Amino acid sequence: MNDQATLQPIEEKEYSTLNLGPTHPATHGVFQNILKMDGEIIVHSDSTIGYIHRAFEKLSEHRPYYQITPLTDRMNYCSSPINNMGWHMTVEKLIGAEIPKRAQYFRVIIMELARITDHIVCDTVIAVDTGAMTGFLYMFQWREHIYEIYEEICGARLTTNIGRIGGMERDFPQKAWDKLKWFMKEFPAKMKEFEKLVARNRIFMDRTIGGGAISAESALNYGFTGPNLRAAGVDYDVRVTNPYSSYEDFEFDIPVGTSGDTYDRFMVRLEEIWQSLRIIEQAMKNMPDGPFKADLPDFYLPPKEAVYDKMEALIYHFKIVMGEAKIPAGEVYHAVEGGNGELGFYLISDGGRTPYRLHFRRPCFIYYQAYPEMIRGGMLSDAIITLSSMNVIAGELDA
Amino acid sequence: MNVQELSEKVGERLRNRFGEAITHSEIHYDFPVYIIKREVVQDLLLYLYNDTELSFRFMTTLCGLHYPDQKDRELGVMYQLHNLGENWRIRLKTFFPIHDPTVPTATTVFASANWQERETYDFYGIQFTGHPDLRRILNMDEMTYFPMRKEYPLEDGTRDDKNDAFFGR
Repeated sequence: MNDQATLQPIEEKEYSTLNLGPTHPATHGVFQNILKMDGEIIVHSDSTIGYIHRAFEKLSEHRPYYQITPLTDRMNYCSSPINNMGWHMTVEKLIGAEIPKRAQYFRVIIMELARITDHIVCDTVIAVDTGAMTGFLYMFQWREHIYEIYEEICGARLTTNIGRIGGMERDFPQKAWDKLKWFMKEFPAKMKEFEKLVARNRIFMDRTIGGGAISAESALNYGFTGPNLRAAGVDYDVRVTNPYSSYEDFEFDIPVGTSGDTYDRFMVRLEEIWQSLRIIEQAMKNMPDGPFKADLPDFYLPPKEAVYDKMEALIYHFKIVMGEAKIPAGEVYHAVEGGNGELGFYLISDGGRTPYRLHFRRPCFIYYQAYPEMIRGGMLSDAIITLSSMNVIAGELDA
Repeated sequence: MNVQELSEKVGERLRNRFGEAITHSEIHYDFPVYIIKREVVQDLLLYLYNDTELSFRFMTTLCGLHYPDQKDRELGVMYQLHNLGENWRIRLKTFFPIHDPTVPTATTVFASANWQERETYDFYGIQFTGHPDLRRILNMDEMTYFPMRKEYPLEDGTRDDKNDAFFGR
């Protein structure tokens, strides 16, 4: 046999390229990451986004104001009511409308329910990606119950188009109150159960502590907001710094983490669910009386009965539906605390029937660019749970 | 501190430091707005970042603007900065001619500007000089125009594969 044929040790390291996505079951959305791997360690990665870009900013420049609400539904579709309310409040700020307290409290209840659904999705999916399917299946029943409450209020479940410019479309019906009360009674026990199942589970903790960590300084530089920023230890929450919709009336805590790793992101969201329940409880207890909408004939559709036999109502109805409502010129920025962080609407109006320019500050889009840095040097399986713990929603990412 | 006081305070500091480069200041709702010349964008962001009192260390958002009727100031970029400690928010705008759409990058100060500038380039064709990786981000790489500019209609006029007799296209 020839001695020359024996294997020589390879001097240079050989990397392999792994294409993760765009339709990979573990990424929970349409993202592509091209990873340069050294065995199981990620050396470098490059993200490609835009697979479900639908040109919402361009579309908004061609639609009357009330027709933009359904577009916002389709951004973060795990908590679309927050997007809807954020948009309504932006327009209300532009026209200087005062919204009655009762409508504001309604909005708070709906937004906090939406935050609970958003965090349920994120937290249970982290558990799924670490191998715990049960919690996910159980908790999704409770997301379903929240959707039923939405359904009683606005008729829709996922893409809600809830509320109107100037208030809510109707008072909460009795059925919605019944379902909400039942939910508030039953949900905490189930939530406790899920917490017990996962939060102190040794396997889960070993998998998540220290994975995908980011420092507070780096997170701020990357424009992180919401639970991901708070997990890194910065207590920035739009509900507290710039209260909207009467959030200043409520007492709640802002949970913060310390290390900004996957476990902290999980725990911050878990605690926020409890805080959301606290807010809803207070809102239900202190619900003020009064109208559920502002007196804004130029923007708020008149009751349908009035349209049939009152001239004035018919004119307003026609004007609003055709998008001819009078809007002041100006530019305004309004932000709400979405499920993922500061969801901002930058709106320039030139007084025309459509916005002159509308820019959405989408929290996902801004913080997802830190992903390659967060997974570098880690294992592929950690990269998957880092992605799910950041709660990147493709609809919001690509707008 | 209300928006009026904030506007005066930041405006005075900026004018002392950058003089003529701050061409205009105004207040829109709860935001002080400063129109600045594009040459100073990077220095100004860095100054606001490093100043111990102002310390605008968080970039909330950045986006492109297009006003076809403003001669030689057609395109623009808007920046929103936030001092999280004091909860001060300001907005900066800079405008430049459409035939020379260049502006210095903000990525040297804020890492978050990276994708937002790519998005702005993608939509408006604004060239950020010094950007580490200025490629299209949301649209496909083969696209030859900048769709958010006002001259482009909502429907894509360059496509011939859409033939829908009902909607007349």
